[in-house]
Order: sequence, then C-alpha cells, then structure tokens
Amino acid sequence: MIRVQTEDFDPGSELEQLRDRCAGRAGAVVSFVGLVRDLNAGEVIREMMLEHYPGMTEQALADIEQEARQRWELADAIIIHRVGPLTPNDRIVFVAAASPHREAAFRACEYLIDTLKTRAPFWKKETTPGGVRWVEGD
Amino acid sequence: MIQLRYFASLRETLGVGDEQLELPEGVSDVASLVRWLQSRGEVWDTALSDRRLHVAINQSVVKPDTPVNDGDEVAWFPPVTGG
Repeated sequence: MIRVQTEDFDPGSELEQLRDRCAGRAGAVVSFVGLVRDLNAGEVIREMMLEHYPGMTEQALADIEQEARQRWELADAIIIHRVGPLTPNDRIVFVAAASPHREAAFRACEYLIDTLKTRAPFWKKETTPGGVRWVEGD
Repeated sequence: MIQLRYFASLRETLGVGDEQLELPEGVSDVASLVRWLQSRGEVWDTALSDRRLHVAINQSVVKPDTPVNDGDEVAWFPPVTGG
C-alpha cells in the first residue's frame, strides 16, 4: 500500500490496519518511522520542505513495493511518505513489511526504506538560521 | 508539443518549473534536447551541464540516448533526498 500525503499519519493505527488485512497470514511485522532531525550537517533545522514529482513518485513507490514482494514472501507492505512543510520531530516516512517469518520482514523493511531513499523522487529543502538550502543527494 | 519539467534546486536555478514547446528542429533524443536547452544562455548551459542530474521521460528515468518524441513529458531533477 502506497500513500503520499501532506498530513501526518498514525503508525499504531497503520499497524493495526495492516494486522487486520493480514488476517493470520503474518507471523512478523517490521516497521520503520523516519523523523525530521533538529540538526543536519552541523546546522540547526527550523523547517523542512519536502517536494516531490506527483505521479512519478507514486509509481516509483509502487515499483519498490512490488520488487520487495517478488524478493520476499510478504503478507502486506506499507509505504507512506509525507510532502510539504515539516518541522523537527515530525514524522516523514513510514514503512512496514509483514511476512510469515521475521527474517523476510526485517530484510523487506530495510529494502523498502533504503531503495526509497535512492530512487523515489523526493527532495528536501531545509530552513536554517543561516538561510534556506537544498539537501544534497548522492 | 513536448512538456518539460524541472524540479527542486534545478527549478529554482532556472526560474521555471514547467513549460511546453514544439519539438525543436534537430532534436531526436535527450542529449540533443539538452544541447538545445543549453543554447538558451549561460544559466541553462551551466545548470544542465551538471552530470548528477537525472532525466525522466514520461516519469521513467532514462539515458542521454533515449529518443524524445512528440507528446513526451521530459523531466530533469537533482539526486533524490527523500526518506
């Protein structure tokens, strides 16, 4: 399940809904929550703006979920990513993988977040006391 | 017509987020489209020379020799920084 949204999400509620969808098929659920830090590259972060490429972003996330489902036996998977203005301690991203066994759930969760960070078209712009700057990607 | 889109720091450098234009004479692939855009001036020339930029056609990442056809949406963007 893929969602790109400006509003916050509730990890507990998402995990409960995932558990309902799995209906006994999952023995393990591994999730990851990414947060906005108050410090990056030595500077205080006051605000962060997340931009994305509407359409391509959703397709990239759906592709990544599909790849994870092909590599591991998954009962369910979730990727939720926020866009728009965020402040330190806000949730940015939520990823979860449910599988019959924990090893697949751990590996799939890691794959989802790691791949998202290198392939999904999102860009972070930070506001610091010194001004506004785009976060440099690799 | 082709639709061109620029994202994040590139959009701010160029001062334009998207535009439509007739497929220019002599433009057949991504590389030739980049050369055509670079001829607009120094800002375009410098910005589009950045080898880290990614190019997508119709929302899939492509290479410089990928053909550009009428009706395509071509997008340039810096390395991604989500998550």
